[in-house]
Order: sequence, then C-alpha cells, then structure tokens
Amino acid sequence: MTSIIDRGTTPLGHRRSKFSGERTPRALIFLVLIWACLAFSFLFLLILIVTTFIDGADRFTLSLFTEYPASSPDRAGARPAIIGSAWVIGTTAVLTIPLGVAAAIHLEEFADKRKWYNRVIELNVQNLAAVPAIVYGLLALAVLSFLGVQNKNIVIGGALALGLLILPVIIISTREAIRSVPIEIRQGSMALGASKWQTVWRQVLPASVPGIATGSILALSRALGEAAPLLVLGALVFLSFDPNGLLSGFTTMPIQIFDWTSRPQAGFQELAAATSILLLGLLVIMNGLAIFIRNRFQTRW
Amino acid sequence: MTDPTTTTPATTQGSSHAAAASAGATSTGTGTGATPASESGIDGMGPNNTSPTADSNLTDGADILHQQPGMTVHLTGRAASEALPEKPNGIIRCEDVNVYYGNFRAVTGVNLDFGFNEITALIGPSGCGKSTLLRSLNRMNDLVEGARVEGKVTFQGADMYAPEVDAIEVRRRIGMVFQKPNPFPKSIYDNIAYGPRVTGMKVSSMDDLVEEALTKAALWTEVKDKLKQSAFGLSGGQQQRLCIARTIAVKPDVILMDEPCSALDPIATVRIEDLMHDLRKEYTIVIVTHNMQQAARVADRTAFFTALADEGTGDRTGVLVEYAKTSKIFESPDDQRTEDYISGRFG
Ligand SMILES: Nc1ncnc2c1ncn2[C@@H]1O[C@H](COP(=O)(O)OP(=O)(O)OP(=O)(O)O)[C@@H](O)[C@H]1O
Ligand SMILES: [Mg+2]
Repeated sequence: MTSIIDRGTTPLGHRRSKFSGERTPRALIFLVLIWACLAFSFLFLLILIVTTFIDGADRFTLSLFTEYPASSPDRAGARPAIIGSAWVIGTTAVLTIPLGVAAAIHLEEFADKRKWYNRVIELNVQNLAAVPAIVYGLLALAVLSFLGVQNKNIVIGGALALGLLILPVIIISTREAIRSVPIEIRQGSMALGASKWQTVWRQVLPASVPGIATGSILALSRALGEAAPLLVLGALVFLSFDPNGLLSGFTTMPIQIFDWTSRPQAGFQELAAATSILLLGLLVIMNGLAIFIRNRFQTRW
Repeated sequence: MTDPTTTTPATTQGSSHAAAASAGATSTGTGTGATPASESGIDGMGPNNTSPTADSNLTDGADILHQQPGMTVHLTGRAASEALPEKPNGIIRCEDVNVYYGNFRAVTGVNLDFGFNEITALIGPSGCGKSTLLRSLNRMNDLVEGARVEGKVTFQGADMYAPEVDAIEVRRRIGMVFQKPNPFPKSIYDNIAYGPRVTGMKVSSMDDLVEEALTKAALWTEVKDKLKQSAFGLSGGQQQRLCIARTIAVKPDVILMDEPCSALDPIATVRIEDLMHDLRKEYTIVIVTHNMQQAARVADRTAFFTALADEGTGDRTGVLVEYAKTSKIFESPDDQRTEDYISGRFG
C-alpha cells in the first residue's frame, strides 16, 4: 500500500545522514574543544592533588597535630595553626552569620524595594562579593588602627577581616533561601493574624535554615582557605603557643603552608603538603556537609 | 450547559431544598423571624437593614414553601428553620469601594453588605476583581505592594481601614482560605496550633482546640492518628480542609474563601461544601467561585461582578452588577448581563 504523503519511515536509531543534528562537523569540533578544556583543567587539579598527596603523605602523622613549628622540619608540626584556624573560623562564624542573616532578612522582608537607597545597598552587596580578599584585610587593618589596637595579629582581628570577606556571600545566600519560601506561606500566616515579624521568625526563617546553613558553611570554607587578608594583618608564622582567646596571637593553616613552602628545606615542603592535605580534607568535609544539609533538610514546596 | 439552578440535585443536605427560595419571597410581611444575627446583637447596623422584629415563628417559612406554586429551583440552601432575612445585616459592609494597584483601578464603586451567618458567593468572569475585593475585606491587600483601598469597608460597624485599627486584629477576626492549599511545613498539629499561638489566644488545652478545629473541618477522623506527621503528606483535599481547620482554630467571625475548591476533585469539593453548610451556623462565609453550581448549592446570596472599560483610562475595571439572594440571581436576575453569565452565554 502506498501513501501520498511519504513519512519516510526510518526506524529510530537509524541515522539518515552521517552528519545529522549534533553530529555536524562544527558541533563535533566544538564538543571536542569543550572536552579538551575540561580535561585540561581537571588534569592540572589532579596533578596538584596527587603531588600534594605524594609529597605530604609521609609527614601526615600525629606529630603534625601535636608539634609546634620548629627550626628543624623533623620536630615541626602545625598544632598552633590548626588551633588558630579553629579559633578564627569559629569567631568569624559567630560574628558574621547573625549579622548576615539579619541583613538579609531586612533586605528581603522589610526594606522597601522602591526606595533608591535600598536598591543601592542591594547592588553594593552584590559587588562586595566580588572584591579581592586582600582589600578586606586592608580594611580590617584600617579599622584596627583606627581603634588604636597595637598588635593587630589577634584572633578577633583576623575574624574581622574574614568576616567582612564572607559577609556579602552569607547575605546573598540567605536572601536566596528566604526568597525560596513561597509567598503563600507568608499569606497563610498573616491571614491567621500573625504579625509580619512573627511570620518571618516562625515561618520564613525556620524554612530557610537549611539554605542559610549551606550558604554559611560554603562561605566559611572559603574563609578557611584564605591567607591574604591575614597576611596583611601581619600574621605570625612561628607560634610556640596555642591561640587561646579572642585577643590571642594566632596563625592559621594557609599561613603556615605559605611560610613552609617558602623555606628551602625539603622537609618543610613536605610539611606544607601534609598541612595542605589536612586543609583539603576539611574543605571536602565542609562542602560535603553543605550538600548533605541541602539535600536532606531542604523543604520541597 | 443547562441552567444549573434547575438541575442541581440535593446532594449535600437532606433538608428541604426550596427553603431559601421561598423564605425571601415571603418575608415582606411582619418579618421572617429571628436571625442568629439578632441574637448576637450586631444587627441593625445600616440604613438598608430592614430590621426584622424578633418574631421567632421559625416554621413560618417552611409552611409557606408548600403553598408556593410552580417552584422549580432546587437550591440546597439553608434549612427552613434559619430563614434568610430580606436584606443582609452587614457584618461587613462596603461603601463605594475602589481598589487600586498603583494607578490601575481594579475594582470600582462597590456597595455590598454581607450578612451574619450567611454564605455569600462572589461570581463573575476572570479578572473582574473578585479576589481583589475579597482581599480588601480583611486587609490582605495591605501585603500587595502598591495596593490601595478607597471608600469605606466596615466590620461590625467599625471602619477597618481607620488609622487606629490594627490590620493584624482585622485578619484575626476575618480569616482567609486560599485557592491553593497552603499548609505550613510543620506537623498537622502545629499547623492548627500556629494561629492560636501567634495570636496569644488563651487556650486551656491546645490538644482540645486542635481536635475541635479538625472535627469542625471534618478532618479529625482521617488524621487523628497522625497529628505529628507533616501536613505535606496529606492529599490536596485534606490539605484544604486543614487550612480551613487552621482558620477556624483562631475563632474568627468571618471566613473568606477564594476559590477554595478549584484545586480539588468533585468528592473533596462536596466535602468542603458540606463543611461550609455546617460552618454557617457559627461563621459568616464569603466565597469566590467560578463554579455556578457551587454558588447555587452553597450560597445564600450571590453577587455578580463584571469588568467594564473605564471611561477615563480605558482600563478594564471590576464593577458589581447585581447582588441578591442566590435564588433570585439564578432564577430571575434583573440584569441581562447576569442572566447571560449564569446561562453560560458570556464570560
Ligand atoms: N497584585 C496585583 N498587582 C497588579 N494588578 C493586579 C494584582 N492582582 C490583580 N491585579 C489585577 O486586578 C484585576 C482583578 O484581578 P483579580 O485577581 O481580583 O480578578 P479575579 O476576579 O479574582 O479573577 P480570577 O477569577 O481569574 O481569579 C486584574 O486585571 C488583575 O490583572
Ligand atoms: Mg481570583
């Protein structure tokens, strides 16, 4: 039986031409290029990680966690740097998260978006997230000098610099989390006679906690890996005591790594690599935690 | 589509269907009897209230029903014992209400009284401002940026847009159920308890209040074993009844419903309509619906809106065309546009 309209009943999977759809030569070349770019960057990352592991594996021992820096690599460890990192990041979190969340709530829920100054603030928060880290170090330095602080390499100073650095990131991610709470939830709450503030505090904020937590952890993991703003504050590199308070001198893992890699002895290079392994491991854990929180606790509306 | 009023079966309530139709038609004499409003002492608020004297011969309406010849309307309205007064007593009154979104006037010149313990339906084509008007009845419009209400909306005689009036208090007294079920991401129990908690209601036993609200919303038997489970696990119809229960829990005087059944299947719809009949004994209900049958089934009075082109700007703006007892709107509307809309020739 013949039909007037030939539908060209090619079976699926049978290509009419060698170059159809995504398989034209141009598309293929483009695809290969993209893959090459990806492979290239991935390769470098891989080499970096592998060499770090090879260099540092032998030094990744208990003494890395228990020993203080020393003039001989065999006796040296990163104990003050690890404790210092914990102090600085902890302080940064305590300082920044409440402030950032509060700022985001104000911008999202209470600020009148038709007012020009609110729009200016909004735009600037976006821009601040792109400012180089070292600028925040300089800013913290200026603030500390203004306050007349003599020794600027103190935990609270470092937390100030890192806090300024990640504040915009926290504000932006919190705003996103708040915005993802449907308007219907707010309306439902208000229609029951809840005030705006009750609605934010009892509906919007709890529903955004997973998003806020995810964003904050990612921001803190960025702060954990930063060295530049702390170096501006005059970071110590040869600490022989444990940082033990907000006004205590400190060093952090990135600074310790930075210092050790600039030494000629191979032993210090290995120590730097071992500390890098630790830092990398922490970052992976933090990112994994962020992903876990997002997948596990995020409300699906 | 056939005329819905003549085909609507008496699905929901077993009581005499034609009571609503007849009660009004016979009430011109000495007064149709005591409405619940006159017991609660908030009647007599307006000049167009006919203030029936408290002659409480409650069977009056039902008797006359049987003498009414040629009655064809089968409205499952209120029982004869709750005769509908000729005029609504105006627990909420709109006087020359205009509602704007920025410069756009969405609703123009609405004068409308809502009766205590009555169900009032707002019907009309899409975009004629039904939701807009509804939201201005409990100041939910305050939450919409740029929305503004002109004219006067009173609740129990008090201007609800007066500066000294707290919008939060207005919304507590006049609850709202939305088109899309919007349970909170909390347990069923906490969904109900939320309202009483935030409004600081004095509650002797929250468990009892939750049970009462769920029972009134005809949901208790279905959820009593899973009160601690997330409300998101309920079906759409259950969620909507949960939202009604949540509204009931703060003990409002009025419940506004914006197309509460539009996301539900026919069975869930019937359940919610049944529920509205039960709730009318204690609450005043205003419902927006696109479903003529539903308006005919549940409403005591019906207001028909349409959108007209504004002479000045050319924008389309919502106006009230006709407001009367549901039986009149569906049987013998005064306005041709109402008739066209009801019979499906328009909108
Ligand atoms: N938030 C808003 N901002 C601006 N204009 C609005 C807003 N909400 C509604 N409108 C406009 O007001 C008019 C009335 O809308 P409304 O939602 O009240 O209509 P409706 O009668 O409820 O329609 P439907 O039956 O489709 O729900 C429409 O022209 C609509 O575009
Ligand atoms: Mg609507």
